[in-house]
Amino acid sequence: MSDFVIIGAGPAGISAANESARYGVKVTLIDENNLPGGQLFTQTHKFFGSREHRAGVRGFQIGYDLIEEINKLNVDVLLDTIVYGISADMEVKYVTEGSSAKSITAGNILISTGALEKPVVFKGWTKPGVMGAGAAQTMMNVHRVLPGRKVLMVGSGNVGLIVAYQLKQAGADVVGIIEAMPSIGGYKVHASKIRRIGIPILTSCTIKEAKGSPQVSSAVIVGVDKNLREISGTEDEIKCDLVCIAAGLKPFDELCWLLNLEFKYINELGGFVPVHNDDLETSMKNIYIAGDAAGVEEASTAMEEGRLVGVAVAQKLEYLSDRQAEKLKGKINDRLKYLRLGSFGKKRAEGKKKLTSISK
Amino acid sequence: MKSKVSNKSNAGIITLGEFKKIPGYPEEDDFSKGPIAVIECDQDIPCNPCEEICKYGAIKVGKPITNLPVLDAEKCRGCLKCITICPGLCIFVVYRDYTDKTSLIYIPYEFSPLPEKNTYVDVLNRRGEKICKGSIRKVIKLAGSNKTFVIGMEIPKKFYNTARHFEF
Repeated sequence: MSDFVIIGAGPAGISAANESARYGVKVTLIDENNLPGGQLFTQTHKFFGSREHRAGVRGFQIGYDLIEEINKLNVDVLLDTIVYGISADMEVKYVTEGSSAKSITAGNILISTGALEKPVVFKGWTKPGVMGAGAAQTMMNVHRVLPGRKVLMVGSGNVGLIVAYQLKQAGADVVGIIEAMPSIGGYKVHASKIRRIGIPILTSCTIKEAKGSPQVSSAVIVGVDKNLREISGTEDEIKCDLVCIAAGLKPFDELCWLLNLEFKYINELGGFVPVHNDDLETSMKNIYIAGDAAGVEEASTAMEEGRLVGVAVAQKLEYLSDRQAEKLKGKINDRLKYLRLGSFGKKRAEGKKKLTSISK
Repeated sequence: MKSKVSNKSNAGIITLGEFKKIPGYPEEDDFSKGPIAVIECDQDIPCNPCEEICKYGAIKVGKPITNLPVLDAEKCRGCLKCITICPGLCIFVVYRDYTDKTSLIYIPYEFSPLPEKNTYVDVLNRRGEKICKGSIRKVIKLAGSNKTFVIGMEIPKKFYNTARHFEF
């Protein structure tokens, strides 16, 4: 029996563990990797935000700090462990590498399983040398393996822009970034960084084919019109050995689907998202959701959502009085509000509003 | 990548006409007082570490933190600290009148190897195009800069508003 089982030890999961354990909740934190931290360890760039959000600090450094915090608290961490199901009576079933299946009964559960990269389908998309930008980022920044020498990046959201920059830092030649929309998706400052080091960004352009046998040796790109229809005659073949796909992320919520939770399609949040209330509790009592699994945003928001669930669970288990908890939640919600301001954040805020309004 | 698919967009490029609208961009006269921060930030991103790190109070973001940073040219001493904290790497320090004929541009740099002092380099503009030659004069690692180096590059004066990177 555990007060609180957290599935996924990325920024949201670790923050929830720290926040709830700090007030006395007995926490079990489960992750399929051999280190907690999730995507923080792929993020070698400095974070945006304010001081509370560790702005100016690099993602992996925040990861180390969060791990140090867990180690000081009463958190039971299960690594190399995959959760394969949750029963209706709150039994979390898991397998740890090299061991047989086990289960643990949970008072409360947080599903903070993050997001998945959206694929783009084109001729040759299964060839070796076509991979998600997140995969490339993990290979180079975690495993120190450069996944290609000449790279074409498909997608100009922040992931595409940041990973292109990091590939260049790691010594690859980034031949260009292509974007199907008429303007870039990510922050202008990230794009500026890319442009001044000589990487071109082609807008209204998409990938038609990855060529090579079996390994990618070139890519055919093509211009598209406003309706994203290919303009024939504008094809061009670009030499490259890696095609990176950065076409956005979607919430990774398989466990929620298995539980038959209520979902809603919210385009601004990456697709189908479990409906939840302001405490991030889903349509099933005592099951919470946070981070990208609760709608794709970014790491600072994920950490705040994790903290919010941590406080909500500590409140429910009476480790915090209602007054204390509401005060803490108010502060977290204020910070979340700031992270969802501006032309980029506003859309996510609207998406969240659609989601939480249903549950009221 | 020289492609038939043309690169018409100004993606990521701050054009000359846009400079004046950016509150972090100094007025022309401000460049005459010595090294000064040039904050090329023109999107309402929730972010404010530049405001906090400036001990002279020369950068104001305020609330909400999506406000664009506003430069107070009178207060800026060109200390370089803001260059290293900006997660967008969009702050430069420009010393227009470094000599009669040259300017010194301080840029954030996160590549290896680092250039050595007095290396002769190709100077790049915001589009990554070579615009002139320059010389590396300073290679600076500020305390707390967390792996972002500051490179001081001497260039012909007429490029002080366009030179933003280099290649060697």
